[in-house]
Amino acid sequence: MDITRRHMLLLLPAAAVAWKYVQAGTPEAAPNYKLSEHSWGMLIDIPKCIGCGSCVRACAAENDVPDGYFRTWVERYHVTDYAIERPQVESPDGGKQGFPLNQDASGKNFFVPKLCNHCADSPCTQVCPVGATFVSPDGVVLVDKNYCLGCRYCVQACPYGCRFINPKTNTAEKCTLCYHRITKGLTTACAEVCPTGARQLADLKNPKDPIHEFLRTHSVQVLKPHMATGSKVFYNGMDGSVR
Amino acid sequence: MAVALIAFVLLRAAVVPKSFGEYGHYRGNAIGEIASRPIAHAGHDVCEGCHTDVVEKKRLGRHVVVPCEACHGALAKHADDPGNIQPPKLDTAVVCARCHEANSAKPKGFPQVATAEHSGGLACDTCHQPHKPKIETEEKAAGGKK
Repeated sequence: MDITRRHMLLLLPAAAVAWKYVQAGTPEAAPNYKLSEHSWGMLIDIPKCIGCGSCVRACAAENDVPDGYFRTWVERYHVTDYAIERPQVESPDGGKQGFPLNQDASGKNFFVPKLCNHCADSPCTQVCPVGATFVSPDGVVLVDKNYCLGCRYCVQACPYGCRFINPKTNTAEKCTLCYHRITKGLTTACAEVCPTGARQLADLKNPKDPIHEFLRTHSVQVLKPHMATGSKVFYNGMDGSVR
Repeated sequence: MAVALIAFVLLRAAVVPKSFGEYGHYRGNAIGEIASRPIAHAGHDVCEGCHTDVVEKKRLGRHVVVPCEACHGALAKHADDPGNIQPPKLDTAVVCARCHEANSAKPKGFPQVATAEHSGGLACDTCHQPHKPKIETEEKAAGGKK
């Protein structure tokens, strides 16, 4: 069919509208979710953790995490009385299959689950040269894998060691706090499967969230507070030896 | 100079995504793309909607607080198509030991056993019912106090 000048005049506005939709990307999956009404974090209750690795397995299944890489992991600390500054820390396969019996039962022994701290002033987002990683308006540190160059600056900048380069995509990857779940009104996969309730998702902007009562009535810390990262992962019952 | 400036502006308009800068120095559409990923874990509320018999059994024991997918794994696909997709059969000798194998790092009040001595290699469900694990004596099971 020959395209006349008249046809072209009709086609151009239609093409402009279509192009706008192409550029708009995928529509948000949860239309009732409002970014400005939430500020997400997590509560980790260390005395409740049994080191079963359910959270690590659930995270891998939920987020398609490659073997040998971890968005969350569990560490076992062994602290003797005379070496509180130098704890022995181990995390075989991220604690995915639980932990073997520890031979030395003396001193203090406990588990510490780790994940991205979703810092309000996150060092990782500050060093990204292209704006591929960012703090979302609802307080979650995310990576735009379609925009990430894989330069690894953010991997080096994270003081908690929470990032890695996905060997399949060669882009930075980290805990999203199961953003695809929390925006649908669900909890994170790790908190969903935790058999003892050691992990709890917290919405700091929701006045009815039990986190507020917990923070008021417990002695709660964050990891590496001296770095002033504005961490939103709160640890209850954390020993001074935890790094 | 003017041509170079116009070329820069046009090139910039072509390569910078439209939603860049919508919320900050990043692509605003990335938020919706990350949120639209499908879920893998259905959540215990979904499981309990169908498996009411298991809910009743769990209610009588200490595993009432243990979510279904802690042991059974991610089951969103099963929840979507329960007729065709069945969860895998669990090996209780492995699954139970993940939580209950003795370890000095576990909380002191948490029930734990050295499985090699405790069961001699038998699967845990030989004696314990996973959804209501406490073993009752025959007398109690016949109607006495729990």
